[in-house]
Amino acid sequence: MKYIDEYRDEALAGKLVNELRQVVTKPWVLMEVCGGQTHTIVKYGIDHLLPDEVELVHGPGCPVCVTSLEMIDKAHAIAQRPEVIFCSFGDMLRVPGSKVDLLVLKSRGADVRVVYSPIDALKIARTNPHKKVVFFAIGFETTAPGNAMAVWQAQKQGLTNFSVLVSHVLVPPAMAAILQSPLNRVQGFLGPGHVCTVMGYQEYEPIAARYRVPIVITGFEPLDILEGVLMTVRQLEAGAAEVENEYPRVVKREGNRVAQDLVNSVFEICDRKWRGVGLIPKSGYKLRPEFRKQDAELLFEVEEIDTEESSVCISGLVLRGVKKPHDCPAFGTACTPTRPLGATMVSAEGACAAYYAYGRHLQEEKRKVEPIGTNH
Amino acid sequence: MEEVNEVIPGAALGTCPLPLSDYQEIVLAHGSGGKISQQLIQEILLPQFRNELLDVQHDGAVFSVNGARLAFSTDSFVVSPIFFPGGDIGKLAIHGTVNDLAMCGARPLYLSAGFILEEGLSMREFQAVVLSMREAAATAGVALVTGDTKVVDRGKADKLFVNTSGIGLVPEKVNIHPGRARPGDKVIVSGEIAVHGIAIMSVREGIEFETEVLSDSAPLNGLVSAILAVAQDIHVLRDPTRGGITSALSEIALSARVGILLDEAQIPISEEVKGACEILGLDPLYVANEGKLVAIVAPEDVAPVLSAMRGHPLGEKAAVIGTVTDEHRGFIFMKTRIGGTRVVDMLSGEQLPRIC
Repeated sequence: MKYIDEYRDEALAGKLVNELRQVVTKPWVLMEVCGGQTHTIVKYGIDHLLPDEVELVHGPGCPVCVTSLEMIDKAHAIAQRPEVIFCSFGDMLRVPGSKVDLLVLKSRGADVRVVYSPIDALKIARTNPHKKVVFFAIGFETTAPGNAMAVWQAQKQGLTNFSVLVSHVLVPPAMAAILQSPLNRVQGFLGPGHVCTVMGYQEYEPIAARYRVPIVITGFEPLDILEGVLMTVRQLEAGAAEVENEYPRVVKREGNRVAQDLVNSVFEICDRKWRGVGLIPKSGYKLRPEFRKQDAELLFEVEEIDTEESSVCISGLVLRGVKKPHDCPAFGTACTPTRPLGATMVSAEGACAAYYAYGRHLQEEKRKVEPIGTNH
Repeated sequence: MEEVNEVIPGAALGTCPLPLSDYQEIVLAHGSGGKISQQLIQEILLPQFRNELLDVQHDGAVFSVNGARLAFSTDSFVVSPIFFPGGDIGKLAIHGTVNDLAMCGARPLYLSAGFILEEGLSMREFQAVVLSMREAAATAGVALVTGDTKVVDRGKADKLFVNTSGIGLVPEKVNIHPGRARPGDKVIVSGEIAVHGIAIMSVREGIEFETEVLSDSAPLNGLVSAILAVAQDIHVLRDPTRGGITSALSEIALSARVGILLDEAQIPISEEVKGACEILGLDPLYVANEGKLVAIVAPEDVAPVLSAMRGHPLGEKAAVIGTVTDEHRGFIFMKTRIGGTRVVDMLSGEQLPRIC
């Protein structure tokens, strides 16, 4: 595949790893912010290629993982209504709420549909005028323009049976929260490439300066990750703390102005609760008052929700980079993708699920006695 | 299973009460071919019907009747849409059972077909499916010798569902089943993977490619004959349908208690399928095939089998993609394209597209 295979080249990867070995002189802890980056790291076994000095910890950037339990229970309550067609991105279907997941609700007769884009949900609303179509608008700044576009189009077209349940979250406040924590170990960040495609990276400059951490905006292919790690370690070794862009083929400093304007015209900033992390001030988007007719939270009266989290699950600590998935006593035993206790085990982007899918529960045990695989 | 001469029906009937599965109801993931499907089979079905033939858990059962070795298999087809690029539900139903028999090393002979028709299905569509089945059966060299039709209320089925069952003759000395994979054996795939699943997804999601992706649905009995003509002692054959090559290989690894080490760079995947998987957020290792097989053969058989496959129209792009190991028993490991290593685990349910 042109423009993708180039970024998965074994020889170039080896070159970057060698360069990294020459640059690094002491231990560093780096966090990749995005779930997509975590996915690439474990999918390609990148962390096993890195020198021992470089430790990668996994960030909070998995949107389905950080969506609060209250919001998921609310979604379930709405999806169960007979007049509703509930539309969602695919990986949300298996995220457990307090009691069940959307797959179970579907099997009990709820009309739950997987869409690739909120615009598809809009089409469903147009072809089902007697149903109320609700789209579960989750995600970071990356999905905000698409979701904003759906709301804006619905209003423009006078589509009265389309609404969104908004649980948008924002990256910079979460990074600041991680850095402020007394448990923080993170010394440098691989910044969120696709979030910055939309938002640009100006807003990361004050974070780098204030907390003295290098932030390298990084893409999602193996060579992107390796180059991002190399650039971050170079800064750390040199005592620098700047925002750099590893992903210029997509990201510009100012981002996508048209998308930002659209987002700002539909959403406004609000406080938001993150699953496993807690309330972070000014860390989310909600609909502006002029779009309240499209706000599912207001349209559907949902009873007071009593949520229950698993008492064993440490997903909160995993999402903040304090612990790794295999530090959890339930990892790979009581908690597996077939029976997840927390959201980080559900989405492919969740650190626990990524660790599990790519066999880290086996490898960590194995590693103590012998090297992995036979082709190293 | 080495050789079973007779089965006494009901001899080893399970007596335990049905254990509860994690889900209190059937969810779609139970049909995915992943771990939850396995759970359904292992916990609900197998304990009740336990017998030597079923325990092999092959694509079909192989047994002897009056000295003749027969293979027997069944499969149901519920694909939507019923017509898709490169095929239709009827063709798929013939190929599915023909292939299950072929994976036992059998020469497929006779098929049955059971139709569940939805009220309101257009006669033209039904006829088109039936004609396509006739053609597919003729190409595969099998006769459809018995059948059944039922009609259900509108909405109780999705146009039509088909079940086919079939029997075939297993040649003397051929002994193919998943338990026979041995450390040192090589894993060969007969061509580019993930084509059928992507052909279906592209219609469902309305994705267009520069060159249309056509389902690879095809009868594999000819290819299997070509393989057996050059190497009779094939250890395992499997057609990696739902759940893709990962599910097929995981089942083999579990059944034979061996590990399998794949080499990502050697797995044949077309550019179109790679591109579609990138767009749809899917991993081709989990996407369905309907005209491919995976063969596990002793090292000395690799060269003749590979050249026999490449000489057959359905095996032109055959490639060695891995090795059976005695490490990591029950698991699939893979050397990644950039030189790392990882486990390729069976998915728990459906492969769900990721948010971004």
